[in-house]
Amino acid sequence: MVQIPLLSLITFLPLLGVVALALLPRGQDEKQARRARLIALMFAGVTFVASLALPIFYDAVVGGFQLIEKAVWMPSMGLVYHRGVDGISLWFVLLSTLLTPLAMVSGFVVKERARSFMAALLLLEAMMIGMFTSLDFFLFYVFFEGVLIPMFLIIGVWGGERRVYAAMKFFLYTFLGSVLMLVAIFVMVMKAGTSDMTALMGFAFPKEMAVWLWLAFFASFAVKTPMWPFHTWLPDAHVQAPTAGSVILAGVLLKMGGYGFIRISLQMLPEASATFAPLVVALSLIAIVYGSLVALAQTDMKKLVAYSSVAHMGYVTLGIFSGTREGLDGAMMVMLSHGLVSAALFLGVGVVYERLHTRDIARFGGVASVMPRFASVFMVFTLAAVGLPGTSGFVGEFLAMQGAWLMDHRVAAVAALGIVLGAVYMLWLYARVFFGVAEKADVKEMRDLTWREAALFLPLLFLVLWLGLYPTTFTKVMDVDVKHLAFSLQGEDR
Amino acid sequence: MSMTTIIDSAVVFLPLLGAALAGGVALCNPQNTVTPAQAGVPFSFKLNWIPAFAGMTKEKRDVFAGLLTSLLMLIAAALAVFIFVDVAFGEGGARTHVLAPWFAMGGVKANWALRFDTLTAIMVMVVTGISAMVHLYAVTYMKGDKGVVRFMAYLSLFTFFMLMLVSADNLLQMFFGWEGVGLCSYLLIGYWYEKPAASCAGMKAFWVNRIGDFGFLLGIFGCYQLFGSLDFDVIFKNAPQVVGQTYVMGDRSCCALTAVCLLLFVGAMGKSAQLGLHVWLPDAMEGPTPVSALIHAATMVTAGVFMVARLSPLFEYAPAALAVIAIVGAVTAVVAASIGLTQFDIKRVIAYSTMSQLGTMFFAAGVSAYGASIFHLATHAFFKALLFLAAGSVIHAMSGEQDMRKMGGLWRKMPVTYALMWIGSLALAGIGIEGVFGFAGFYSKDMILEAAYAHGSWYGRVAYGLGLMAAFMTAFYSWRLIVLTFHGAARYDKHTAAHVHESSWWLLGPLVPLALGAVFAGFVGHDWFASAPDGAFWRGALVALHGHEGAVVPEVAKLAPLALALLGMGLSGWLYARRPDIPAVMAVRLGALYRLVFNKYYFDEVYERLFVRPLPKLGAFFWHKGDEAVIDRFGPDGVSAVAQGLGARARCWQTGYAFHYAFVMALALAAMVAWAMVRVW
Repeated sequence: MVQIPLLSLITFLPLLGVVALALLPRGQDEKQARRARLIALMFAGVTFVASLALPIFYDAVVGGFQLIEKAVWMPSMGLVYHRGVDGISLWFVLLSTLLTPLAMVSGFVVKERARSFMAALLLLEAMMIGMFTSLDFFLFYVFFEGVLIPMFLIIGVWGGERRVYAAMKFFLYTFLGSVLMLVAIFVMVMKAGTSDMTALMGFAFPKEMAVWLWLAFFASFAVKTPMWPFHTWLPDAHVQAPTAGSVILAGVLLKMGGYGFIRISLQMLPEASATFAPLVVALSLIAIVYGSLVALAQTDMKKLVAYSSVAHMGYVTLGIFSGTREGLDGAMMVMLSHGLVSAALFLGVGVVYERLHTRDIARFGGVASVMPRFASVFMVFTLAAVGLPGTSGFVGEFLAMQGAWLMDHRVAAVAALGIVLGAVYMLWLYARVFFGVAEKADVKEMRDLTWREAALFLPLLFLVLWLGLYPTTFTKVMDVDVKHLAFSLQGEDR
Repeated sequence: MSMTTIIDSAVVFLPLLGAALAGGVALCNPQNTVTPAQAGVPFSFKLNWIPAFAGMTKEKRDVFAGLLTSLLMLIAAALAVFIFVDVAFGEGGARTHVLAPWFAMGGVKANWALRFDTLTAIMVMVVTGISAMVHLYAVTYMKGDKGVVRFMAYLSLFTFFMLMLVSADNLLQMFFGWEGVGLCSYLLIGYWYEKPAASCAGMKAFWVNRIGDFGFLLGIFGCYQLFGSLDFDVIFKNAPQVVGQTYVMGDRSCCALTAVCLLLFVGAMGKSAQLGLHVWLPDAMEGPTPVSALIHAATMVTAGVFMVARLSPLFEYAPAALAVIAIVGAVTAVVAASIGLTQFDIKRVIAYSTMSQLGTMFFAAGVSAYGASIFHLATHAFFKALLFLAAGSVIHAMSGEQDMRKMGGLWRKMPVTYALMWIGSLALAGIGIEGVFGFAGFYSKDMILEAAYAHGSWYGRVAYGLGLMAAFMTAFYSWRLIVLTFHGAARYDKHTAAHVHESSWWLLGPLVPLALGAVFAGFVGHDWFASAPDGAFWRGALVALHGHEGAVVPEVAKLAPLALALLGMGLSGWLYARRPDIPAVMAVRLGALYRLVFNKYYFDEVYERLFVRPLPKLGAFFWHKGDEAVIDRFGPDGVSAVAQGLGARARCWQTGYAFHYAFVMALALAAMVAWAMVRVW
């Protein structure tokens, strides 16, 4: 398998798609848009199929970084093209390649500059995959920042009325974090004399230095996750972003924070991570309770789902910094589950938005009687968001809280408040939108799911149940790496 | 795969199959008000995928789905009897079938498994049996409703989750069934989702149960930490070893096992509607009557009692937790019964009766009489299902009226329902003659009260006393219900009177087996259930360390429950039939006390003030004051405002006059030179 550079292939296929889109003859008519959509979807589809080879060729028994590609890139600057996946990043790659075609199909409704829109999505995909598979620190940074640009454009060009404000807020927040991260990366590379991330994982940085490095990375990842109180860009960005943008933003981009915490904070700066763990845990608990309560007060569907994301990401950071194997497993599963569920919830909001052109919860009511199939589908994702056992949501939250309990009982008790509050805001949302009598004339006219929309939900539905009922398929791939990581943190094998 | 594996699995999964089939049919034939043709939707299945369904009318489809799910449930019930005989009396004995792994992450391991021992076999038999009757009843009762097929799918799914709960071999699968049952109760209570009251009641059930599950979940975490495993076998085996462990919190510490057991019990309180977390149960009657019967008799509320019995090997090592359970149960029994005395909604009276009986089951568990607790669970399932379905028959006849003040004199018009209601009430009140024959509740309730008395502890005696009070009140409100509904003058209007009729045998038929159960279940079962936990019947499915075999219960204590029940029955019959003026006067005389009880001790109002209203307000406060006024103002918006301000000021400096720039450059140069000189010195 070494002969085929699989990781490069799935990174550059979307870029090739961008080129193909650029080569399309100019035109603004619907025909050209349709052609652009088809081409983009083809490239994204092939990328997805190719990425399915990853779990097949990845040897989970051995673990560690595999499918490695390494080539000297700029010898004068010591830059190396170094890629690889382990059991952790592998799933994020798959999440990216799965959600991109889905986001595209949902983005078929974008009429203006459809070609550029599709190109932005493909570019975004390439950047995400690149980020999750980079093993060279500078390469990592390039992709990490590269993700920002297409997302900034998607919000800023195809967004709602206040899109410029939202895009600027998004950019400001994330960019501020990134600058600090760049400085930290420079310092680390200078100190260790290499930009090889695998080498840096074993490097012992001086304690005082590690503290500052950790804080610099924290600034970046806390914004990305987002953690309280760095979360206020998220609701604005979601509300203004088009559905496809929200899907990727919630589904994949938020996971960059969690991934960064694991890959860099935990693996490169384990001692500093332990030092700051109480801080992160406290912020996580605030995020869970505060995010849930604010979600409860929302009147805009998208904002509600956005705030619920803040709460769910609280479980991720909680699990990661619980320093236990259970917590790490949980954080990973919450991220995967949230990637699917929040994507589906945003798609669902998109479905009703396309019909009524509003996301105001009070404008709905009685949708279940006019859209029974959609109501059934949305119910499943609502339950997954609530963390019902049997859906993907439960597995991760359970493990993350179990990890928290092993650290401190009181932490788990506060975190578990989130499952009560989660049920409150999600079911109340559902009741306000779907239950009751359909009285308003335009609500009565809403038609049930189209084939295109159903096709978006079905794979997510299937995966949500798979993750919920048989999560071992996923966890056994990451098992060795998570175990190794937990071992290095605790110095004992649990 | 052996034969037992297939049969045991079939019992659990046939209901799921029924749910899936009915659910599929419901999804393919949505009852939307806009037909696909009208809206021009390309997405519309036809029923061609099952040839038998092609071209069926809605009515036929409803009946077909109803009978299909009922049939599957009947098969499951028949198999359950077979399994029960095999497990409790036969060669087979207890067994566990591992189906597939569910969790396998580090130490957190849990399988999808079916564990059948005597306790599970009893529960499975009760659940499938009652459920089958409810299914059959629903086919007739729900006729003409918009979404009958969906309804039947939910009923079967409900049963499936309950079966997963009782057949779990680890805490996680139990929690799966536990929450699944909660989900189905939400869906079924809120089944008439166009009615705001129904959808609210559904949500309330889910939320209150979630609060209980909060405790259950923490209890599971605690078990994992104490035992390193979630499997019942491991937990039960190691329970004696962890007795000494403590949780330290600051300068205080508490017994870890007691804390864990209490947390688990919080879960049981939510599901079994014990005082404090009971508020969802009376509202649950917003669902159609078959749902009430299923929730109150077989699935859902019995889960908490089952949980304590299942975990008896754990709870037995936490005597402090058992004392709490006994007290909570006994207080619930009395409080709920007292509310039942004052209610006028026929279903609400029965609902509070359920809560009271559940309290009785809990204090039985609290005094380590798990066998008696499960016995009462089983007998109660029969007569409570009977009472609810008979009440449904009344409501059906009264064109939906549930207020007993608008009923009366029905016994001539509906003699069969009347007789069934009598049987149910006799069983509920526990009427019988010692040593000869008694209705179902007679045996189980006496067994519980005697066990409480014999336990010897202070809380056993308290529970006995409160139990006696509850027994009196139970008989009182039961005959109050019968007299108000069936005797006296007819108080309904002419319009209703035109429709009053005895229900058809399609509706009453399923009540007959339940009535037989209410009559004979106690007589048949009392020797089995009273036997020792490690004896021939239970075969170790329960554990009771604090045996009280030798304790002598005086005859007075034995006879008191029956005497009080007869007294309550007679008193209420006399009061409501002959002197209806006295209760009315009493209600006025007692004033504040009556209002307190009539308004259900204001639990809902207090919760409304404490949680329901403040929480969204708190959320809005965080949103506007936290996010907008603080974080954004000093965060991004503040930064951009400062940046803009600086930019504006910087613009002022760009005057465009060369001498300005030259001046600044000279100044800077001078400063640099000066600094360098200082450094050199």
